[in-house]
Amino acid sequence: MAIRSYDDKTHYYGKLWIWTAVMVFLFIPISICVYYNAWPPFVSVFKGLLGVAPIFWTVGAIEVITFTPMLGTGGTYLAFVTGNLTNLKVPCAINAMEINNVKSGTEEGDIVSTIAVATSSIVTTLIIAVGVVLLGTLTPILNSPMLKPAFDNILPALFGALGVVYISKNWKLAVTPMLFMAVLFIAVPSLSGSVGVLVPVGAIISIAVARLLYKKNII
Amino acid sequence: MNFNPNSSFLYLVAVFIIIFILAQSLFFLLRAYKRGKEIGMDVKKLRNTITSSAIFTVAPAVSILLGVLTLSKFLGLPLPWIRLSVIGAITYELPAATSAASALGVSVSETIESPVVYSAIAWVMTLGILPSTILVPLLIKRIQGGLVSIKNKDSKWGELLITAMFMGMISAFMGMVFSNIRKGLAGWIPIFVMLFSAVLMAVCGILIKVLKVKWLQDYALPICMIGAMAFATIITPAIV
Repeated sequence: MAIRSYDDKTHYYGKLWIWTAVMVFLFIPISICVYYNAWPPFVSVFKGLLGVAPIFWTVGAIEVITFTPMLGTGGTYLAFVTGNLTNLKVPCAINAMEINNVKSGTEEGDIVSTIAVATSSIVTTLIIAVGVVLLGTLTPILNSPMLKPAFDNILPALFGALGVVYISKNWKLAVTPMLFMAVLFIAVPSLSGSVGVLVPVGAIISIAVARLLYKKNII
Repeated sequence: MNFNPNSSFLYLVAVFIIIFILAQSLFFLLRAYKRGKEIGMDVKKLRNTITSSAIFTVAPAVSILLGVLTLSKFLGLPLPWIRLSVIGAITYELPAATSAASALGVSVSETIESPVVYSAIAWVMTLGILPSTILVPLLIKRIQGGLVSIKNKDSKWGELLITAMFMGMISAFMGMVFSNIRKGLAGWIPIFVMLFSAVLMAVCGILIKVLKVKWLQDYALPICMIGAMAFATIITPAIV
């Protein structure tokens, strides 16, 4: 029998875990319906879905295509179960690969990315669990007006630091997509609610620019 | 049966989900760590990756916890706890809950009292996000196969392609920071915070590369992030 590679086995276990996760996710509403004997009318679920599914299914599909190459095999199988990709798991994995000087798409990159995503998932789950347990004590602190600006600005605080690392390395590649996005958001501020849809737009623009610069031997 | 969105049954479901998530994460963590050791990666580096990822996660995780608190006002604690511990984010769960509630003619401004409305919300939240989980096992090999064939043809371009994808994501989020600048000086706060974070990172870069402060490398991102968040709490009262 042929010895299966680490990557093959990761796919095998990844699929096993992710299909189990799908069952577990479905178990949540089913268990609520059964326990409370409260099955909602199909039409209202359908109407409710109609309000969110067209956007979120599209974003979901785009996220799978965009983040799979960045996260590697193990990281992808895990991150798409534990969630919070753009604001946490993807930056965490990118940063870990950067620190360790490994590239995504290599086995080392896959290992580092998986360790980063797994650690991040465990810490997030524990912090939320502790937060829920200590809710009475923590709520006034977390909701204090003094701390509000800190959490309102978590994304600029994250992407400023992450951005400078990547832009300083590839500034020729960065200029066009950055300018495009800045102008777009200034012109249409309401787009900030659907930034997920714009991630692939940014990716397509920067891939096109990269191709052009590469062909002209500029990068 | 009287419906309580904070019932022990729902907490039990939540605990079950949390254990599942922890088990899966631990499984992948141990497997990757073991494999790293097997192929001769530096154990110290692997451990540092764990520590630095854990520290980086703290601030975003607390912000996710804030999302749980926001949703708990009308959904009780267990369901938001479950939803934000698995795939999903506050930016998704809130519209999903609102959309389901309005389909049943209920407002989400007060605690849900009907189990039917509650279960409808749970279904919409679940079914709305499920495709991204299902698509992974269906598409992953095709996506990776495509990348491998690009890399085999031209390895430099293959690497550049992934860098360009990173850049696309980063530029979308950095662009979003500019969305409020037409609202006056207060709309500039996110930009000041982003710039402050970038300057902090540049300083860290100098300390690491020029002054050889090696330990800083693992913690530069969380330090810059928390520093910039602290900066936001100082400048916001001064500007608004």
